Order: sequence, then structure tokens, then C-alpha cells
Amino acid sequence: MQIPYTIEERPDTGLYNAKLGIWLFLASEVMLFGALFSSYVLLRTGDPGFMTMSHDVAEALHLEGHAHRWSDVLSVPLAFVNTLVLIFSSVTIVMSWASLRLKDFGKFRLWMGLTILCALGFMGIKAIEYSSKFSHHLYPETSNFLGVYFTLTGLHALHVIGGLIVLAYLWGPGSKMWKSQPQRFVNRVETVGLYWHFVDLVWIFLFPTLYLL
Amino acid sequence: MSVLEKPPPEAEDHADHHHPEPFWKRYIFSQDHKVIGLQYAFTALFFLLFGFTLMILMRWQLAWPGRPIPIIGGLLGEANAPGGIMLPEFYNQLGAMHGTIMVFLGIVPLAVGAFGNYVVPLQIGAPDMAFPKLNMASYWCYFPGGLIMLASFFVPGGAANSGWTSYPPLSTIATQGQTWWLVGMIFLITSSLLGSVNFIVTIFQLRVKGLTFMRLPFFVHAQLVTSFLLLLAFPPLEAAGIFQLLDRVLNTSFFQPSGLVISGEVLEAAGGGSPLLWQHLFWFLAHPEVYVLILPALGIVAEVIANNTRKPLWGYKSMVYATIFLGFMSFIVWAHHMFLTGMGTTISSFFQTTTMIISIPSVVILTALFISLWGASIRFTTPMLFALAFLPMFGIGGLTGLPLGLSPTDIHLHDTYYVIGHFHYVVAPGTIFAMFAGIYYWFPKITGRKMNDFLGRLHFWPSFIFINGIFMPMFIVGLAGVSRRLWDGGEQYAHAQPVLEWNLFMSISAFGLLFAQIPFMINLFWSIKKGKKVDSNPWQATTLEWAAAPSPPVGHGNFVEVPAVYRGPYEYSVPGHPDDYLPQNLPGKEG
Repeated sequence: MQIPYTIEERPDTGLYNAKLGIWLFLASEVMLFGALFSSYVLLRTGDPGFMTMSHDVAEALHLEGHAHRWSDVLSVPLAFVNTLVLIFSSVTIVMSWASLRLKDFGKFRLWMGLTILCALGFMGIKAIEYSSKFSHHLYPETSNFLGVYFTLTGLHALHVIGGLIVLAYLWGPGSKMWKSQPQRFVNRVETVGLYWHFVDLVWIFLFPTLYLL
Repeated sequence: MSVLEKPPPEAEDHADHHHPEPFWKRYIFSQDHKVIGLQYAFTALFFLLFGFTLMILMRWQLAWPGRPIPIIGGLLGEANAPGGIMLPEFYNQLGAMHGTIMVFLGIVPLAVGAFGNYVVPLQIGAPDMAFPKLNMASYWCYFPGGLIMLASFFVPGGAANSGWTSYPPLSTIATQGQTWWLVGMIFLITSSLLGSVNFIVTIFQLRVKGLTFMRLPFFVHAQLVTSFLLLLAFPPLEAAGIFQLLDRVLNTSFFQPSGLVISGEVLEAAGGGSPLLWQHLFWFLAHPEVYVLILPALGIVAEVIANNTRKPLWGYKSMVYATIFLGFMSFIVWAHHMFLTGMGTTISSFFQTTTMIISIPSVVILTALFISLWGASIRFTTPMLFALAFLPMFGIGGLTGLPLGLSPTDIHLHDTYYVIGHFHYVVAPGTIFAMFAGIYYWFPKITGRKMNDFLGRLHFWPSFIFINGIFMPMFIVGLAGVSRRLWDGGEQYAHAQPVLEWNLFMSISAFGLLFAQIPFMINLFWSIKKGKKVDSNPWQATTLEWAAAPSPPVGHGNFVEVPAVYRGPYEYSVPGHPDDYLPQNLPGKEG
């Protein structure tokens, strides 16, 4: 039994199965993060004290000046670096796919390896951020802003980890498929690339809404 | 047709050069959509029976409050029913879990997981679903999700007891069972996500040559829209579930308002959360979910009616467009569940308007099905009986929904038995009857044998009478203002006294309904081995699953040879054609 259009495109839809599948999955993900962001908006507008940090907490954190907001505890420089890292990884994953299209497997390994390093770098910086919060006794329960921060960035980090596993598989053992079914392997890289762009996009929304606004 | 019964030898060679698979791979971790469909079917039927049993226990308590439950009363445990007498806490668990189990573990898996899985690939001429491994994963997310729900009855404090809607802050402070409920739901949401992606890709990508969208059987359209609803409506509930889980486990305050006082103590949490946020996220899923419950049922009924009236469906195109419109609209009606929350009259006006609008496509579909009966020489087969009963039952369910969709009348009726009567008319004598129609209709496809018609009638008529005996009085009780969640059925309320006698009537009807399912259970299992053998197309149907595939279909790939399609799905009684049905795959003049 052979399922049609697993590798080649169906003429009238112009898509192979997995490509339509990943777009639908991403639509579902848009609804998930859409609900999370909407909840954030609703909680923030619904509670006048949402961003206000009490004086005692600000003092314990050695923050200078008056009238502190919860977002002051987040590190904008680290998040900015992370934004650059993710955007760069979106470029490298396109390069890895393009290299495969040009039948240059060595270049694919290089660009895909860079993408994986970027993902690891992102997670490393994320870990530094999280541990600095925990070391100052800032937890999800401390305030609703921090609850939103940890939930949204935590779910995003889970998506990065999920992507990382697939990227590592395609870089390592999964790349054997290039010998047996090259077109199918190109499709796989394209599909995970679409997912990776989405993960990137979520962060591009998370960064300003949590750190800057 | 004779070609189908004996596949040509060379086709067999092509199809069957695989090795016989071990038992566990063939029946347990199967990737064949037919086996997975049956796994879904039997698991879902078990959960339907289990959920029904929970209700039987509740109905005993409502008929005779505080009287020990006979026979099984002693087995329920001292914590739930000391001396066989049901405690209110246990009653609340039964209520919450009845709703959860019936909706998420019973009807949706049966309607989509079972019927969709088995029938859709056959109706579009596909060898399997687009992603067989995802299909398997979908079942194996559903199954542990169900086990977690069942296991939650045995944790301290018992299962979830905050209603199937799990409104915070009640659910946030509820016993441990609520955490199990949330974890179970995350499994079920994952399962439905995998399933819906698979269905949509299958329907878009694997249609055979000639099968354009306007030639798809209505059942496939219904499953397609259903899959979109599942795909897009469930994620917000997942977000809400994650928030509630964190509220319970990490003590965050997403749904916990500031200064909440419980039993005289201020709750220790940061506060500032919004309990209404949960309701919005929950109903954003749960209203489209209503259409997930009803659309596959409409699809089944349409198939059965077209086949048994021997006529094309009246207004097939309007039905398809109405279904798509219904799908869109179902995303913007959710807050009609929340008229009483104080969200404001402006928002209420918006949602009552959209609610009135969404009734139009439902009426279009139902009217088209009614008119399809006009002038037909109807075959009163067992599936047709259930399909015919579906029409007025769904009609009653829909019409009684209008006063609930209008904010002024809803204020009186909200959370009364009227609501229970309304949505049960839609899903019980509505959807579940359609599910029965589907089982009787496609049973010969699965087994090559027919179910017994006498037992079928013995199942249908008592079920039809008793199910109305349960739900019709609920409108009366509800109009009198009796709340839906009362452990004693309203005994201690003065306004409930004039209608209290109905409790006994409804309970006896419920027990009758339970007994009426015995012929069905006997029929189902007996017919698998002993039912009357039939040929591959016993109903003389036009759609591909009957006309192009043997019954049961070939193990790998369904079809002996890939069919092609030449015409629409319901070409019955075509003038000039010798038979009264013209199969989709019969070459000839396109029409």
C-alpha cells in the first residue's frame, strides 16, 4: 500500500501531505498562542495593579528609584540578544534547505548545525534568565505578570526544545534519508523549517509584549 | 459488482506481498484506519455506557433522595455512599464526570474517531488516512486520557466535582481529582489535534480522480468542517487548562481574584486574576464543540436518508454551504453561555444576534433533510428508523435553544433543567440516535453481515419512547425554575414542589432506557459472528465505500483497484438507468 502525495505534490492543491499538515498544525498553534496572548491582554487590562510592584519587593531587589513595574525585573539586553539569535537561526535554516535544493549536502550539514547551535544558545540564555529570577525568589506565583511571563516563555521554550530534537535528528541519524529518498528529505527539512519560523515568530511577539511594553 | 467479490489474482499479488503482522501490530498498535476506527468505536461505546451508568446512579438519587442504592450501593465505598446512600459530594463527581465522559470520551471519539476514521477514507477512495502513524498516536493519546479520567475516581476526594465546565474559583480549590481531569483533558486535546490535522489533509489530498468537492458525500463535508472546529477551537481550552493547572499546582492567580475568602479564610495567592477569563476560553471551545457533536450526526443521517429514500438529497449544495457557514459562525456565539455573568448588555446583544444567525444554517440543513423525504418510497430499515427519529428530536433540541439564545429569557432559564432538556435533545435522541443509525448502516461494511432487524426494532422503539420520557419533562421542571445541580432534585425548595413528581417519572424512563440497550448489545456482538451474510453493497448505495470496495474492505489499501469517480454522491432513481441507483464509480455519462 502506498499513500499518494507523501513525496510529490498533488497537482490541484500544489502541496504534498506533510506540508498541508504542518500548516494546519501551525494554524492550531496560532490559536493556542492567540488564546495565551489574549488572556495576557485581558488580565493586564482587567487588573489596574497588574504591573505595579510593591515597594517592599522593589527594595528587596535593590531597584533604584520609585514606581517600579514588574517588567523591570526582566533583562532587556539578554532578551534582545536572544531575539537576534532566533532571527539568525531562521536565516540559517532557510540556507540549509536551499543547500539541499542545490544538492550540496555538506553545506546543509553546516547550516543545519548552525541552526542547532543557535537553538542551544537561545536555551542557554533562557536558562540564565530563569535562574536569575529564581535566585531573587521571583516565581510564577509571585505576581500575575510573572505568571504570564513564565507560562508564555516556558511554553515557547518547550516549542524550541521540540524543534531542537527534530533539527538534531535531521542533522544526525535522519540525514541518511538523503541517500535513499532525497526529495522526501528535502520535504522534511522544509516542513521543520516552517515550524521553526513559527517558533521564531512567537518570540518576536513575546519580546516586545513582555519585556518592552 | 461480481468483480469485487473475487479480486483478480494479479491484484491480490500486488496488494498482499507483505508478511502477516504479529497480533499486537495488527490489532493494538495498528496503523490501519479501519482497525483504529474500530478501536475508537469500542472504547467510545464503553465510555458511553459508563457515562450512562453514572447518570443511572444519579437518577436513583433524584427519584428517591437519601434512599440506599440497591445491589451496587455497597460497592461505591464508604467515602462516596455510606450504607449505599449517596453523599452530595459524590453526586457532584457523578455529574461532572457524566458530562466529561459523554462529550469528550464518548460521542466525539465515536462520531469522529470511529465513524470518521472508518468511513472517510473509504468514501473518498483513499487507501488509508494521510498519516497512519499520527492516526495511531491519536488513539493512543485518547486511550490514556480516558484511563486518567477513570482513575481519578480512586484518588483521595474522588473525581473532578466542579461540573463538566470546571468553573474557577470552585475548580481551583477543588480536590485532587480536578488536577487529574486537567491532565486527562490535555491528553484528549492532543489526540483531537492529531486527528483533525489528519482528517483535513486526508480529505484535501487523497480524493480519487474525479471526486471534486461538490461530489463528496455530505458525511465527508460534515467531517471536514468538524475537523476544522476541533483544530481551531481546542487550543484555547488547552491554554485555559494550562492556566488552571498552574493555578492549582504552582499557586499562580490567572483565575483567582484578589481577596477571595473561602470558609472564612483569605486565599493565599497573589490575586488579580479573572474567573471570567476561564469561562471565555472554555466556551470558545465548548460552543464549537456542540457543532462537533452534531455535524457528524447530520452527516450520517444524510447518508442514511439519501440511501433509504432512493432519491438525491434535496438541496445538497445548500447543505454544504450551510455547514461551512455554520462552522464559521460557531466561533462567534460562545458568550451566549455567559449572559448571567455580568459581562454587560452590549456584549450580550452581540452574542444573541450571532446566536440567532447561527440557527439559520441549522434550519437549512434540517429542512433539506425533511424535504428529502417528500414523495419518496421510503425503506424503513433499522438505520432509517433512527435517522427519521433524529429529525424531530434534533428539531426539538434546536427550537428549545432559541429562548436560551435570547438574553432576557435566558436569565430565567439559565442553569435550570430546561437547559439540560434542551442540549440533551440535541445530543441524546439527536446525536446518539444518529450514531446508532450509523452503526446499523455501516455494520455490513465492517463485517460483511447485517445486524438483526427484529432486535433492531426492539432497540429502537423502547429507546425512542423512554428517551422522550426522560427529557420532555425536563422542560416543565426547568420552566418551574428548578436548578440543574441539586443533589435532592429540588426537594427542599418550595418552588420545586409542584413539579417534584416528575423526578420519579424521568428516573423510571432512564432505567427503561438502560434496559432498552440490551437488545442492541446482544445484536452487536451476536451479528459479528452470526448475522446474515450479505454481498458487498447490501443497501444498494451509490457512494464509494459500498460501490467500489468489498465488505469488509481489503486489509491494506481498502480497494482492489483504485476507483475513479464520474458523478455526484446521490444519483438514485436516475431516469433511464435500469437500477434505481447509479454508483459514483460506474463509468459512463457524467451527471
